[in-house]
Amino acid sequence: MKISGSQMVIEALKKEGIKVVFGYPGGAIMNVYDAMYTNDFKHILTRHEQAAVHAADGYARVSGEVGVSIVTSGPGFTNAITGLATAYTDSIPLVVISGQVPITMIGTDAFQEIDAVGISRPCVKHNYLVKDVNDLPRVLKEAFYIARSGRPGPVHVDIPKDVSAQMGVFDYPKEISLKTYKPHTKGSVKQIRKAIEAICRAKKPILYLGGGIVSSNSSNLVREFTKMSGIPAVETLMARGVLGHDNPLLLGMLGMHGNYSSNMAMSEADLMIALGPRFDDRVTGRLDEFAKHAKIIHVDIDPSSIGKLVDVDYPIVGDLENVLIQMIEEAKDKINPDDYEGWRGLLKRYDEIHPLSYNENSDRLKPQWVVERIGEILGDKALVSTDVGQHQMWTAQFYPFSFPRQFLTSGGLGTMGFGFPAALGANKANSEKVSINITGDGSILMNIQELMTCVEHKIPVINIILNNNYLGMVRQWQTFFYDKRYAETDLSMQPDFVKLSESFGGIGYRVETKEEFDKALKDAISKKCVAMIDVVIDRLENVLPMVPAGGTLYNMMLEDKELS
Amino acid sequence: MNEIRKVISVIVQNEDGALSRISSLFAGRGYNIESLTVAPIPESEYSRFTIVTNGSKRVLEQITKQLHKLIPTYKVIDTSDVVEKEMVLVKIPLDGNLSGLDAILKGYNGIVANSTEDSLILMAVDDANRITNFLKIIKKFKPSEIVRGGSVSMEK
Repeated sequence: MKISGSQMVIEALKKEGIKVVFGYPGGAIMNVYDAMYTNDFKHILTRHEQAAVHAADGYARVSGEVGVSIVTSGPGFTNAITGLATAYTDSIPLVVISGQVPITMIGTDAFQEIDAVGISRPCVKHNYLVKDVNDLPRVLKEAFYIARSGRPGPVHVDIPKDVSAQMGVFDYPKEISLKTYKPHTKGSVKQIRKAIEAICRAKKPILYLGGGIVSSNSSNLVREFTKMSGIPAVETLMARGVLGHDNPLLLGMLGMHGNYSSNMAMSEADLMIALGPRFDDRVTGRLDEFAKHAKIIHVDIDPSSIGKLVDVDYPIVGDLENVLIQMIEEAKDKINPDDYEGWRGLLKRYDEIHPLSYNENSDRLKPQWVVERIGEILGDKALVSTDVGQHQMWTAQFYPFSFPRQFLTSGGLGTMGFGFPAALGANKANSEKVSINITGDGSILMNIQELMTCVEHKIPVINIILNNNYLGMVRQWQTFFYDKRYAETDLSMQPDFVKLSESFGGIGYRVETKEEFDKALKDAISKKCVAMIDVVIDRLENVLPMVPAGGTLYNMMLEDKELS
Repeated sequence: MNEIRKVISVIVQNEDGALSRISSLFAGRGYNIESLTVAPIPESEYSRFTIVTNGSKRVLEQITKQLHKLIPTYKVIDTSDVVEKEMVLVKIPLDGNLSGLDAILKGYNGIVANSTEDSLILMAVDDANRITNFLKIIKKFKPSEIVRGGSVSMEK
């Protein structure tokens, strides 16, 4: 039996177990929307294509499944690009389907025509322009397979309108094997053995935990390995929640806004065990000074990630889950946690000298207090997303994350406007938890229209705005590095966020005291409705510690007074 | 860091956009392309790219890995144990003194590929660095046009 290309899209989504898609219709994708309508397929209409892709991304980050987004050609697709680039840099599995003008019109500068695969190429794992309806089942199967296998990432499928209208046989492959794409999954036994030997020889080893642990769902194995080895660990922004905040071996987050003991541990270690990180410049600071005393073991499923920025002594290409199982097996009876007692003691003293802290030296609420308080009230009952800037770093520093996939943040691309739609998608993946978006007064306006989506679909995202009337992180850099010339960062002009939320049908609170904050948050949780809590915070609070861009991890700005 | 010249061959599935995937990888990551040639491999579903590039050791390693990471890439050959040849076409006017031309052509595996009343088209095939030499020497005949073909290579 022949079915239309658009019908094939719906059938493929069903076969892949996709329960909900996020999107926005338009001319070139109407066939697919028509098929969705007649099939009663669950679709969330966001109010902007960028938000549709971020929502699918949030869904993917929480569920571990492939997120799906559908958009139209031309501007619909160009709006989606920021979402694709965000997912690509953070290795999030997505399939984004876009409409395209009919094949007969491609190349004629037709209405809403743009070279979509040409634009998406550098920000996706792979893309397709489907020119024959008979290729569509295979292409969709490949798209899902590529998105979720190996190092995950977004895949873009561009479908011209005449292809989605054509009839063809829906022969959906059960299994797929691509001659040209075979991700390495098993690590070399020999290399793993060598790595364990290196660990046994080390006096000051450090575990450097990255986002690959989350993608490969191997947090439990990492916890096991950490416990059996007694090796202290630092997490990257993307790995928050891997060990859990109360794990005695977790030093904290490292990097530009990492805590003192984490950065010192990295600077003094004689062996780094890097599990799925990517040596981002926000983590390493000046490269030639980064962990310069350490031999490096680097495990990653993507060979291009290994040796990209630093020379690696023990490269291991493979899926972390497999590699960790082998590492744990190999390490039994060889690694003695007592060997590192002195090292752990030293790092503990570092943490006592310079703990992560802040001053309550103002009448205004401190943003760090707000984040801690959300953590006290909600803890592991929340899924926490953020936008980008100071609030993002305060959240990463002060929220007590206790499980992987609890924290959703645009780590690599740093996309303002990510948090709200991601929280919306997160709620669709798991509505048992409270979806919190900790945001800033700059970022929140970049996808504010999603208030409407949340009201329409009764998605109770609570947006907590740490409002300092500034583009805070840029302002902070201007304070430190641009002689306080606050070029275009003053956001004194602001909407009334309470009324704004109410005008969409949500609820809003403006709070200035601790009591008001508690009351507002508890009320918002109980109302189960999209909410904005506008929190007035100390305007000039800075994110500390700080390693200036290109600086060395052991040279941190620790206190504000050193800076003025 | 020391810049090293390298010839890389990439076997890629024949499909729309293969060339742009490769060229935009180089452009996007700031890698150099000295020359790039591409043609389908007979009786197969693949094309062969020969790319001459240069960079530090780390960059060259990244280029190989990034090329391999492209989904349609079947194989990346970066061994230096290859035969590398390049073809060049040179048009020279017939109004000057052409003495010595024959000997030069002979030295660089060259022939006269075409002749008209007022010009000759010479063709030479040789190692890429020898083609560069050939072009230096041929300058005295005042070439009006030069077309280099880019390197092709094959593992020994």
